[in-house]
Amino acid sequence: MKETPQILPVTMAKVSVRRGDKMVLKEIDCQFDTAPARTLIIGPNGAGKSLFLRVCHGIVAPDQGSVRWAGETDPRTRARAQAMVFQRPVLLRRSARGNIDLALKIHGLDAAQRRSRVADALDRTGLTRLAHTPARALSFGEQQRLALARAVALRPQVLFLDEPTANLDPAAAHLVEDIVRGLSETGVKIIMTSHDLNQARRLAQEVIFLHRGRIKERAPAEDFFKGPENDLARAFLNGELLWWRRRSVYDGLGGRTADELGIDRE
Amino acid sequence: MDEFWLAMVTAGSLIWQLDGDLWEIIGLSLRVSLTATGIAAFLALPLGALIALGRFPGRRVLIVLFNALMGLPPVVVGLVVYLMLSRSGPFGVFNLLFTPTAMVIAQVILVLPIIVSLSREILETLWQEYHEALRSLGASPGQSLFALLWDGRAMLVTALLAGFGRAVAEVGAVMIVGGNIDHVTRVMTTSITLEASKGNLALALGLGMVLLLLSLSINIAVYGFRYIGGERRLA
Repeated sequence: MKETPQILPVTMAKVSVRRGDKMVLKEIDCQFDTAPARTLIIGPNGAGKSLFLRVCHGIVAPDQGSVRWAGETDPRTRARAQAMVFQRPVLLRRSARGNIDLALKIHGLDAAQRRSRVADALDRTGLTRLAHTPARALSFGEQQRLALARAVALRPQVLFLDEPTANLDPAAAHLVEDIVRGLSETGVKIIMTSHDLNQARRLAQEVIFLHRGRIKERAPAEDFFKGPENDLARAFLNGELLWWRRRSVYDGLGGRTADELGIDRE
Repeated sequence: MDEFWLAMVTAGSLIWQLDGDLWEIIGLSLRVSLTATGIAAFLALPLGALIALGRFPGRRVLIVLFNALMGLPPVVVGLVVYLMLSRSGPFGVFNLLFTPTAMVIAQVILVLPIIVSLSREILETLWQEYHEALRSLGASPGQSLFALLWDGRAMLVTALLAGFGRAVAEVGAVMIVGGNIDHVTRVMTTSITLEASKGNLALALGLGMVLLLLSLSINIAVYGFRYIGGERRLA
């Protein structure tokens, strides 16, 4: 097996991404290092959280700006040091263990290493008894755990999770959270998106608040949840963001909100 | 209706007697159509993958073109191949007209667009589903393609069967480029046409049923092979 390359710090410099004629990520400047172990990216729907994660992971290239993984600009050279779990688990048409095995094969591990890592990953995610079940016959919660098991088996330095519990029932969500917490305690850097504030409170050590493609606030979780500095973030925490109105904007616009007018407030 | 029952009886007796001439015709049918499907698959699968996964100018044109070519009339293909292979044609020197090779060439042209279009569709759909996950894993283009082919194997085999079905059932092209010469280029479909034109409707229909049985056996064999391979559990 080849040596796993270093990947941290991950640095995004002036990153912008365009979709159609709309900028969906705007001049993101951001750096991730080993500490704090768990960073949660929160924000309303359409804020650009998933895209942020994909750019950071290197599977979507920015239209402007650059992303560097320990100084390296080609994500392929760092693919072996990171892994991602998607909101909708993408599983191949094979058994549960076959899915993990393929990922390890792509990473160049030999058969003996693969066997022990597959067994370990299945055990950590509680899927051992389902090892030979076709991945697509698993329940949704089991599929997401399998996707997590696949990521765990790769032993990444950074694990990206895109709303991994969005479609799970509370018990399954807790199980996933426990696994994620356990991983971060073994030194894996977690970068995860969520729109569930309770989950963010439970997991985050650091919070990035994203709104309309911009980072509005980045703060230690404790400070953020006590009282965010950004007023949009405060509105989001209070569950008021959709109809939140800034007085000065509101007054001049005949009663319509800035949101309705599509104004991007700074 | 009497004609139909007579045909059934004729088909039964044809199979029962296993006449040497019939064997020869069945053998040639299979040899020509399987060879054509094999060659077409060899060319069409990489082409389908290229169109499915590649991004290049003219890609959409190719997609529409191959979709349209699925409906190529065999007679027209036969005519074009005939003109190419005839003595005055550009490939006349090879003396291929009225040989099984000419029939294979015509059928390759008929089958190729079917396998290209179906495999392109299959691989493109799978790619849409898998590409982020495969990119995330750092899979090379070769590894990605292999994963797609492996996961799509059941559907790809169906595409090959569709191609074979087209080849073994067509009569227009093989009739023109093969000429239906007894013991040389006579296959199932040209025999059926000949018997029907002679008024031996029962025999023609009987031969048709033998052809159907042949096609059925091949499909059963492929399905069984996939079943044993555990394919169904994972599909």
